[in-house]
Amino acid sequence: MSGVPARITYREACRQAIRAAILADPRVFLMGEDVGRYGGCYAVTKGLLEELGEERIRDTPLSESAFVGAGIGAAMAGMRPIVEVMTCNFSLLALDQIVNNAATIPHMSGGQFAVPLVLRMATGAGRQLAAQHSHSLEGWFAHIPGLRILAPATVEDARHMLAPALADPNPVLIFEHIMLYNMEGELDPAVQGVDIAKARIRRPGRDVTLITYGGSLFKTLAAADALAVEGIQAEVIDLRVLRPLDTATIIESITRTRRVVIVDEGWRSGSLSAEVAMRIVEEAFFELDAPIRRVCSREVPIPYAAHLEQAALPQAEAIAAAARGLVRPAR
Amino acid sequence: MPSLGADMEAGTLVEWKVAPGDRVRRGDIVAVVETQKGAIEIEIFEAGVVRELAVAPGSRVPVGALLALVGTEGAMQTPAPAAVAPIGPQPAVSLPSASPPPAPQPLAGARPLRTTPAARRRAGALGIALDGLRGTGVDGAICLADLPAGAPPRRGGFDPLGMRKAIAAAMGRSKREIPHYYLSQTVDLAPALERIERLNAGRSPPERLLPAAIMLRAAALAVAETPELNGFWGEDGFRPGDGVHVGWAVALRGGGLVAPAIRHADRMPLDALMTAMRDLVARARGGGLRGSELTDATITVTSLGDRGAESVLPIIHPPQVAILGFGRIVERPWVVGGTVVPRRVATLTLAGDHRASDGHRGGLLLARIDALLQRPETL
Repeated sequence: MSGVPARITYREACRQAIRAAILADPRVFLMGEDVGRYGGCYAVTKGLLEELGEERIRDTPLSESAFVGAGIGAAMAGMRPIVEVMTCNFSLLALDQIVNNAATIPHMSGGQFAVPLVLRMATGAGRQLAAQHSHSLEGWFAHIPGLRILAPATVEDARHMLAPALADPNPVLIFEHIMLYNMEGELDPAVQGVDIAKARIRRPGRDVTLITYGGSLFKTLAAADALAVEGIQAEVIDLRVLRPLDTATIIESITRTRRVVIVDEGWRSGSLSAEVAMRIVEEAFFELDAPIRRVCSREVPIPYAAHLEQAALPQAEAIAAAARGLVRPAR
Repeated sequence: MPSLGADMEAGTLVEWKVAPGDRVRRGDIVAVVETQKGAIEIEIFEAGVVRELAVAPGSRVPVGALLALVGTEGAMQTPAPAAVAPIGPQPAVSLPSASPPPAPQPLAGARPLRTTPAARRRAGALGIALDGLRGTGVDGAICLADLPAGAPPRRGGFDPLGMRKAIAAAMGRSKREIPHYYLSQTVDLAPALERIERLNAGRSPPERLLPAAIMLRAAALAVAETPELNGFWGEDGFRPGDGVHVGWAVALRGGGLVAPAIRHADRMPLDALMTAMRDLVARARGGGLRGSELTDATITVTSLGDRGAESVLPIIHPPQVAILGFGRIVERPWVVGGTVVPRRVATLTLAGDHRASDGHRGGLLLARIDALLQRPETL
């Protein structure tokens, strides 16, 4: 690899991560629906079956409960499986395996069994895939003790979060937003790894903190750009890790800016954004100089029609408006 | 600005409790001043009418500087409050005080006063009344931008770092300057504890006497008979106290301690003493000590309590000349009438300033406390 930063897509970063993990460790393999011959429904694994063979890239029957369960068993038996669930909407069919087995076995076995499983799944809306293929359910999984929940938003995180996820003895769920796969970003060859513990400040600012993750990161950065033109310096935090939450980074930022907008493509009621807001109230109430605001998806099943779908999702204009309302309230 | 401790150089005026034109009497609380020992209520020692408040809340004022002018009755022929420039906007309603007035009925159409958490905290630290301010924040709330730029936000009241510095200065000075002598005596507490238990029978927990109260009562009476240990050491040598004002050491939850005075502790019956101790502990931990309480103590008593050590070699708080320590009450073999029996005892200790007194006097003091505790019916 050359020492020059390469511009690649998020999809390519995911593929490089999987390929490197499989080449680095004979215990690692990938399985899931259509990951082999078809190359993955979002084309992440295209070409990997041909290069790495059927032992390492395994197509499974259309039964999330069965193949996620098989992944848990393989992990308990010493393998390092990467299981792809086509979208998080389908992960509900494997909820029992994920919540009742993967998350609990290390605890219920008194630590005798580790479950070093990585579950990858696509999340989010924006491709007119309609309600049954467009939801953002990562906030649900972030409720469950025993799971680590990652939401890589950048090419760098997509490339480097997989290795520490595989090294974690406990199950790790990685949520890849479907609108990110085509996005390009620079991959700095000097960066050899990332942590899976801390949030990152993606843009510094002093007037208001915008907290987001995953597919909403670039909308939030666009909102920050628009605000900067108006003289409002917004700080953008990419949570990266939805469980356990890195509240220290959040609190440190809010102690400086004293205003916060949380952007979450999940629905507002009972959401991750609600949890983040409550942590702020619990730990930094006296730092706040304005109410906490949220920009979330409208509380409807995500619509099919393009204009309705876009109207249902958090958008840069709404994020900027929420921030503006805190920094420069109407008199 | 009064000196609220030997090492105090300045204090920050947090709040005025009076306004120009107010009539004040000796002992009234006129202001709250923040010191290294927390927010302290300042009393006035003259009766009269407040003519001028010379210092705005939030100002740091050196000890001895003018805070306000008060006209005494004779000198105030024509009180002219109108001629005095008011400090800041005149609030329509005063800030909530320790005992808030009954909640007013909300007026139809009246907007509630909204203040952001950060602004409320800073206003409190700066001693700024919120009522006169116009809110420009979200929903018309008063926010940080509506407050005058002033000192950086400070926690109102207790500042653990400041207190640490104050303790370091006082204790460092004590160990540098005061030649301490130390004495100790282990005292049979059975009679005193039995009396406490009799008195406590049938009382609810908040009314019960603690063993420390009867020990303090005995100590105060004994100190009254030992004036050499009750007072202050200054440039002119020893100056006796004008009464037995016992500084009662109170450990604070954030670390550190204060020893506010129980004035004339030797004249207080047991129940009154217990009430005074509870009151001091509550105010020391919750804020609201008075300035005089921090400076009046003529001797300090530190009680280690039921989770403390068996004895303490305490450090004298200058300019005082003695400090008494009460160790934890423990059950030990004890000889009574030639027989070894289990007995509840405590070790009393005394640190004395050898410039002001000699160990002989100190020994007599401990012996006197012991003797009083053996006849608890007199306490």
